[in-house]
Amino acid sequence: MTVAHTAALVADVAGETPRRHPVAGPAARRRRGGLAKYLGLTPFALYVLVFLAIPTVLAVATGFFAEDGTFTFANILGIFEPAVLATFGSSFWVSALTAVIGAIVGAFVCYAMLGTKASGALRTLVDSASSVLAQFGGVMLAFAFIAAIGNQGLVTVWLIESFGINLHESGVWLYQVPGLIPVYVYFQVPLMIITFLPALEGLKSQWAEANATLGGTRWTYWTRIAGPVLAPSFIASLLLLFANAFSSYATAAALISQGSQIVPLQIRSALISETVLGRENMAGALALGMIVIMVVVMWGYSVLAARTSRWQR
Amino acid sequence: MNRRLTGPVRLGLAPSPVTRVAILGVVAIVFAIPLLSLLEFSFRDGLSGGYTLAHWTGLFDPENARPYRTLFQSIGNSFLLAGVTVGIVLVVLLPTMLLVHISFPRLRRVLEFICIIPITVPAIVLVVGLAPVYSIVVQVFGGSVWTLAFAYGILVLPYAYRAIQANLDGVPVVTLVEAARSLGAGWPTVVARVLLPNLRRGVLAAAFITIAVVLGEFTIASLLNRRNLQTALLQISTSDGYVAAILALLSLAFAFVLLLIIGRIGSAGNRSNS
Repeated sequence: MTVAHTAALVADVAGETPRRHPVAGPAARRRRGGLAKYLGLTPFALYVLVFLAIPTVLAVATGFFAEDGTFTFANILGIFEPAVLATFGSSFWVSALTAVIGAIVGAFVCYAMLGTKASGALRTLVDSASSVLAQFGGVMLAFAFIAAIGNQGLVTVWLIESFGINLHESGVWLYQVPGLIPVYVYFQVPLMIITFLPALEGLKSQWAEANATLGGTRWTYWTRIAGPVLAPSFIASLLLLFANAFSSYATAAALISQGSQIVPLQIRSALISETVLGRENMAGALALGMIVIMVVVMWGYSVLAARTSRWQR
Repeated sequence: MNRRLTGPVRLGLAPSPVTRVAILGVVAIVFAIPLLSLLEFSFRDGLSGGYTLAHWTGLFDPENARPYRTLFQSIGNSFLLAGVTVGIVLVVLLPTMLLVHISFPRLRRVLEFICIIPITVPAIVLVVGLAPVYSIVVQVFGGSVWTLAFAYGILVLPYAYRAIQANLDGVPVVTLVEAARSLGAGWPTVVARVLLPNLRRGVLAAAFITIAVVLGEFTIASLLNRRNLQTALLQISTSDGYVAAILALLSLAFAFVLLLIIGRIGSAGNRSNS
């Protein structure tokens, strides 16, 4: 439920903000409470300033400074070195691949959930399980996959004993970048379920009735009505899944203990050893690179999600 | 046959029961495999191929309290952090949301925007900037583990905000406040006896989701060298994989129960609203 709600929130902000601007009246008139009221806002403002605004600015700004405090573009240019570009590449394709698989499988599950009661037991169960797996798994999901398809894993052993199939014939890949794929899919599918299910439920039964009345079939309903209506929200969810995988760290850190094959792991090396490629403050440059990609993706997400919300009124 | 003649199914909206069971069944089985493997692993008796309860009983055996001391300490840390973070949500976020809702409706969009920023600025990026901030925090508050809750309060902003806002939207807050005020209630009474009882669901959901997020948090604790449940799990997994498996299962189950409760609270609320 949580991400779906947050998702709706992003859409709200994108969709509503412009229209709010001209309205100034009632709030201005309420200001007679004076300064005392504004004082009430200071704890939150200070808190967000110190623990969100300053860290974000610091994270991005340190990339522009050398260790001795002089301004430099060296770290930023470091992003474009082949080794670093390669980690951005790995991050990108792992996120893209798992987002696509997660979105498709998740969409099928959402379809299967159509027609179940919104407050029913099945729905609550699927919602809660999805939330846990999508949001709080991290390290623990890595353990589960080691137990399943690791070297001595239940599935690995079973496949060898029953079918003679060796999952790790060409070396154990679970602790490499390819190993991230099954684990990431495992939390992408649940995330798709919680973000896409509300959109599917926005389909109005009148549309299906109109389709039937006009002689349409199940096929025309899904291709000519539901498909186009759902497309923006499907792509929005896809972007959210991409952002989710791209920024996820815990699972990768638990599986891959050495090296920096994806961007979050490279930030880890940069923070722990202070130098990547012999450069100080590389973590800041990597953080900037990540933020740029996240902002672009989340911006696309909020635009698409705002488009979707038109159908849901 | 009767079912096929009625409503959405015949019109092509919903899947047939067979399709539904097939899709949900296959996905449920595939998704159960890793968790069942983890469960099976926790009963393995070394490499002998047999099974034993020893790992489960050993964890709760007072005899073993010493080797597991740091582990239990880390679990304690996580619960302490969960408590302090819930405190931050209740003391910093909740009053601000009420104040904005009642007195500064124009700032609602700003507040919303601030509260969703942590989705776009992921923990792994935030931690880069938190490192220098924490070197100052340590000077002010000391190096105790609870200070990590300041960072966690930011991480849970999107979830906590949404949970409380959903409730706020469904309650005529301004009317309630004006009614209570005109009957002579002071602000403390308004908040304690009028607002909070009406916002119980949202506040409870925000608290539970906060606990779940904090118990699962790894990134910031690990990179700021603090000890919590998740960093301890990863550490112990190299020496005692069974204990790591058991605790992973228990904490996933715990988070699942918390979220089930949120779900029940939510649907109970929906029913009473409609």
